[in-house]
Amino acid sequence: MKKLKLKQLKGWLYLLPALLFLGFFMVYPLADVLVYSAEEGYNFASQSFFGYGLYNFKYVLRDPFFLQALKNTFIIVIITVPISTGLALLISLKLHSIKPLKEAFQTIYFLPYVTNTLAVGLVFMILFKKTAYSDGLINLLIKAFGGSAVDFIDGPYWAKLFVMCFYTIWVVMPFKILILTSALAGVNEDYYKAARIDGTRKFRIFYKITLPMISPMIFYLIITGFIGAFKAYSDEVAIFGTNLNAAGMNTIVGYVYDMLYGNSGGYPSYASAASLILFAIVFTITVINLLISKGNARA
Amino acid sequence: MKVVLKNLTKKFPSRDKKSKAEVTAVDNFDFEIPSGMLIGLLGPSGCGKSTTLNMISGLEAPTSGRIFFGDEDVTDVAPENRGIGLVFQNYALYPHLTVHDNIIFPLQNLRGKDKLSKEEMDKRALEVAKLVQIEDYMERKPSELSGGQQQRVAIARALIKTPLVLLLDEPLSNLDARLRLQTREEIKRIQQKTGVTTIFVTHDQEEAMSISDLIVVMKDGKLQQIGKPQSVYDEPANFFVAKFLGTPAINTFEGEVKDGFLYIGKDKVLKADRLSDRKVFVGIRPEGFVIDEKGPFKCELKAVEVMGRDTSVVSTHEGMLSSSIRSIIASEDRPDANLKEISFSLKPSKVHLFDKETEERLLF
Ligand SMILES: Nc1ncnc2c1ncn2[C@@H]1O[C@H](COP(=O)(O)OP(=O)(O)OP(=O)(O)O)[C@@H](O)[C@H]1O
Ligand SMILES: [Mg+2]
Repeated sequence: MKKLKLKQLKGWLYLLPALLFLGFFMVYPLADVLVYSAEEGYNFASQSFFGYGLYNFKYVLRDPFFLQALKNTFIIVIITVPISTGLALLISLKLHSIKPLKEAFQTIYFLPYVTNTLAVGLVFMILFKKTAYSDGLINLLIKAFGGSAVDFIDGPYWAKLFVMCFYTIWVVMPFKILILTSALAGVNEDYYKAARIDGTRKFRIFYKITLPMISPMIFYLIITGFIGAFKAYSDEVAIFGTNLNAAGMNTIVGYVYDMLYGNSGGYPSYASAASLILFAIVFTITVINLLISKGNARA
Repeated sequence: MKVVLKNLTKKFPSRDKKSKAEVTAVDNFDFEIPSGMLIGLLGPSGCGKSTTLNMISGLEAPTSGRIFFGDEDVTDVAPENRGIGLVFQNYALYPHLTVHDNIIFPLQNLRGKDKLSKEEMDKRALEVAKLVQIEDYMERKPSELSGGQQQRVAIARALIKTPLVLLLDEPLSNLDARLRLQTREEIKRIQQKTGVTTIFVTHDQEEAMSISDLIVVMKDGKLQQIGKPQSVYDEPANFFVAKFLGTPAINTFEGEVKDGFLYIGKDKVLKADRLSDRKVFVGIRPEGFVIDEKGPFKCELKAVEVMGRDTSVVSTHEGMLSSSIRSIIASEDRPDANLKEISFSLKPSKVHLFDKETEERLLF
């Protein structure tokens, strides 16, 4: 009995450094955010506030910049997560089925992942940005096919959104392809042999064997994809610069950042409220995802 | 359905960048499997058993040679049209499907006029499930079954389309010793009940000997011998087959035939007047030794191990090729373990001689 207690104590002792670290860098800030978000009329200079309440949330939810950021974020999530996952699955299947130069292709598809976001952003600038000298590569193409040039960086909302989604998909695909190709490689060859003996058609093999076998990985990618897309920020900066509100391309995380450090910064209470709203959204979506994936696993 | 292999050869291109030499996994196989028999395809690891099976199933195309099912040449027929069932070493049951769905999976692939109604499928599934005795587990997932039960589900899935030929690749190697014994009897029972021609791959000679009607012994892609288990055991075609079959293994010696007698070391052990003088390999089955004070074969006694009904006598001799000699004798003849020396006479039918060059068996 005593021995057991001692053992438990020892266990906690070993955990102590990690717990302290987590407490200091995770729990404390989280608690702090909660407190900040409830402090009404917080003044950064005097470090004083009027009282506690939900005013910060009300403010944020009525702020047109926040609503714009919310809309942008949702559009990015809804467009990029399914498309990037679907495309990655398609490419992984093709990559898995080719034999010669497999490694070479896998490397090519993985390169964007190890390339710096801002460098990729620059490439996108060349592709899409209108300057005094050039309309950008894509516009040249559009014109070659008889269309009229579109300003993708400073032009209409849909054009900017298109570039944004294109870019996001481009950036997240390599990781998904990597995960999915290894998931596919992990499916035992014997399943396919058994399916061949039984004369199973290609589509049925995919639908009845491959897909269920790699579905845990697909769900993993969808969940992390949702979380990642909800937290989008740096990609937007890479293309549209730091003044995202002016470009109308801000995201929730961008809004939080602006509230803290931007030109209009110095509002930690609003920032905290916005980040808690984001947390609530991500939490809800993840729970829904997990429920669906659990249900699927059981079915 | 009779299965005939004619000059069947499979070569794999070399993976090694330095040497261009191809790997000949199966070398010029030529034999006939009579209809309705259970065949044990036996050989050490890497000898080409799986490759042979894969060619019969159609998963692998032969480099040359033909395969016939009955009179029909199926060499170029796709696997699904050959009428075979295949059971994999790891069963390859789909983990996300229930036992029932696994079993009917092959039926669901049928199209056009062969298409079956759901009721028909369920009926057939229940029939094979009863045959392999898993009808109580139809709604379970494979992970909720024991190894032996999974094995039977795999067999049921292979049998549901009533194949002409059933192929099993090391079906028992993932089971523990006890379950192996049980399951191999089960396979024999199912085979006898269905009468399907069955080819069974194993590297365990005891397994092959115990349930096969015929065993095919192979080594390095080459056919060594084909025959009834007992006759392959009693009349091994060469030194390899003699060493490969039997537990405990055959005892091996270097010997010499001189003036019509077989000598092992200095001991003149048997008459061998049908052979001219030459050096030979000698194989003596453990049961070929008889304790006999006046016996010609004099060994140094090392240990006496009692194993219930039988006694195992471990000894050494100057001519032996292995590290000790193991002989099995009836317990009532058990020698005194404190003796230094022990003499045996040999049963001629349990002694085999092999040419030193070709390793073929010599009749003496
Ligand atoms: N796809 C392949 N490419 C190249 N060589 C191969 C291939 N498949 C098998 N081989 C070679 O062919 C030989 C026979 O292999 P096979 O798998 O038929 O052996 P096996 O008798 O089934 O062995 P085990 O008892 O270990 O399963 C081996 O030397 C193996 O290395
Ligand atoms: Mg094998």
